[in-house]
Amino acid sequence: MSEILMEVKHLKKYFETPKGMLHAVDDVTFTIGKGQTMGVVGESGCGKSTLGRTLIHLYESTDGQILFHGEDITHVSKHKLHQLREQMQIIFQDPFASLNPRMTVEETIREPLELSGKYKKGELQDEADRIMEMVGIDERLRYAYPHELDGGRRQRVGIGRALALNPTFVVCDEPVSALDVSIQAQVLNLLQDLQEKSGVTYMFVTHDLSVVKHISDYICVMYLGQLVETTTSRELFANPVHPYTKALLSAIPSVDIHQKRERIILQGEIVSPIEPKPGCRFAARCPHATEQCRQPQQLREISKDHFVSCCRAEEVWE
Amino acid sequence: MGKKGTPFIEVNNLKVHYTSEGRNIHAVNGVSFSLQKGETLGLVGETGAGKTTIAKSILRILPQPPAQVDSGEILLEGTDLLKLSDDEMRKIRGRRIAMIFQDPMTALNPVMRVGRQIAEGIALHEKISAKEAEKKAKRMLEMVGIPASRYRDYPHQFSGGMKQRVVIAMALSCNPDLLLADEPTTALDVTIQAQVLDIIKNLQKEMDTSMIMITHDLGIVAEVCDNVAVVYAGQIVEYGSREEIFDHPCHPYTIGLFGSLPDINSDVERLSPIMGMPPDPANLPSGCAFSPRCPYADERCKAAGVELTGIDGTHVCRCLHRDNEQVEKAARVTG
Repeated sequence: MSEILMEVKHLKKYFETPKGMLHAVDDVTFTIGKGQTMGVVGESGCGKSTLGRTLIHLYESTDGQILFHGEDITHVSKHKLHQLREQMQIIFQDPFASLNPRMTVEETIREPLELSGKYKKGELQDEADRIMEMVGIDERLRYAYPHELDGGRRQRVGIGRALALNPTFVVCDEPVSALDVSIQAQVLNLLQDLQEKSGVTYMFVTHDLSVVKHISDYICVMYLGQLVETTTSRELFANPVHPYTKALLSAIPSVDIHQKRERIILQGEIVSPIEPKPGCRFAARCPHATEQCRQPQQLREISKDHFVSCCRAEEVWE
Repeated sequence: MGKKGTPFIEVNNLKVHYTSEGRNIHAVNGVSFSLQKGETLGLVGETGAGKTTIAKSILRILPQPPAQVDSGEILLEGTDLLKLSDDEMRKIRGRRIAMIFQDPMTALNPVMRVGRQIAEGIALHEKISAKEAEKKAKRMLEMVGIPASRYRDYPHQFSGGMKQRVVIAMALSCNPDLLLADEPTTALDVTIQAQVLDIIKNLQKEMDTSMIMITHDLGIVAEVCDNVAVVYAGQIVEYGSREEIFDHPCHPYTIGLFGSLPDINSDVERLSPIMGMPPDPANLPSGCAFSPRCPYADERCKAAGVELTGIDGTHVCRCLHRDNEQVEKAARVTG
């Protein structure tokens, strides 16, 4: 891995609910290299969005440590946070809900530039133009409001706003899930082009495994708040080890009609993340579960750069 | 298309438009296809292509107005459904043709126990006592993998995947001959999607049900469909068997869809997306509706509408450039 940009150690984020503590992110540890894309996959409710939002301080973490450029940013002052926000941004899932309906395209993109205080009045316009061109929005749409744009264009505005101040780290929270396939590919290519040009680091949160494989260098697989497996994208798809990862990968419908694949159909439902019992949370649905699995699981390196949180990894791994 | 004896269901030249704020929105513009007993047809296309409108026309549940069927016939074993009275149609709906809707959260009545929602349809269509209907509803629940003990639960007590299974149980409770599945797994997670597709496929095989599967996911089509119709701007632009479409896509739009899709079995640096946006159905371009986005379009494409022409077997395509070498090359790369 290249130079480390972000290091996350034993990060926890719990939410209080009437029924007890909801363990949305539970003891997650990983690092993200500079200029790379870390994909985070998992099914709804696994805590992947919460993880992304906790990293950039949209939520305060419950416990653990976040290091950014080697500096501890787990708890920071308001002033410091303001500076950090320039470097850490987020692109949201729903381009219909994440843009201010009363602001034009240009106003939306100019807002972060103005707030940063880095630009003189005369420069603002040029900079906004540059960003609109960068994300491929026609000049004629400068004064358009979000409701006049289709999903793909709205998402381009969201991307422009997030990248306006050249951040070093951007959380992409399901940025293409709300878009049609043909538009989805346009936006994915745009994100990749921008990364090539500026060297920005992405954390790409999605439930779509084909998308995450396409765009990521490294991937974290999450299940009910826990990190179950993390390695390079190539290794994960070639050599999945955790029983959940295996089932997840086998469940993806493939367009290759000639390749016969063994499909693992999981039984049972996802258990509640509220006050969960210790031990592996996947055990209830796991075909390999034994008594051992009720003990707390440790993330361990089973081959170079390949980490798995399963006590039976070696036995299951064929 | 697919001429093997009389088809079980046949749709001929269906045209539907909606009226909205004085504008005519051309949702379905001359769609024809047929389906044999026990077969599965995939209707593939993007948002607004008219897929759901086709399904709702077959079941005659389009809101009229704003929707209006302009022409066409829908033949179920030779009987035109569009000509039936409301009473006659009510006997077919749920009994011979059933539909699974996209969003299980809104397809169920939130203040009615799920068991009763299933039994209601059974009691309506079959001349059996309430007790027997309840028994059958319980059997249906078990068939989709939900314990009969949950008969008296309300929808909010189920997870998304289980709710969709309840909807499937409801749709299949009267052994329909035709199942319309409108994006049945889009709202579900991928492991749950695998469970649900598995259930649908098994039950369909068991009961020899025909199915129209509406989806934007080519992976699902590859898995469950025998034949595929690619829909763009309310028209079928390409139709063929699963092998014909996946191995030799011909229409530039179909080829574009494959190029837009990240595939888990191959590595590409960049996707090759379709440029531009789907057309506004209130203001369709003249000639081929795909021509403004098509890399191969020329004057001929914009001049007049393009007809479906045969390629081989059941494979047909609505494109003037299908013999173009560049199109064939692109098809080989993505197909």
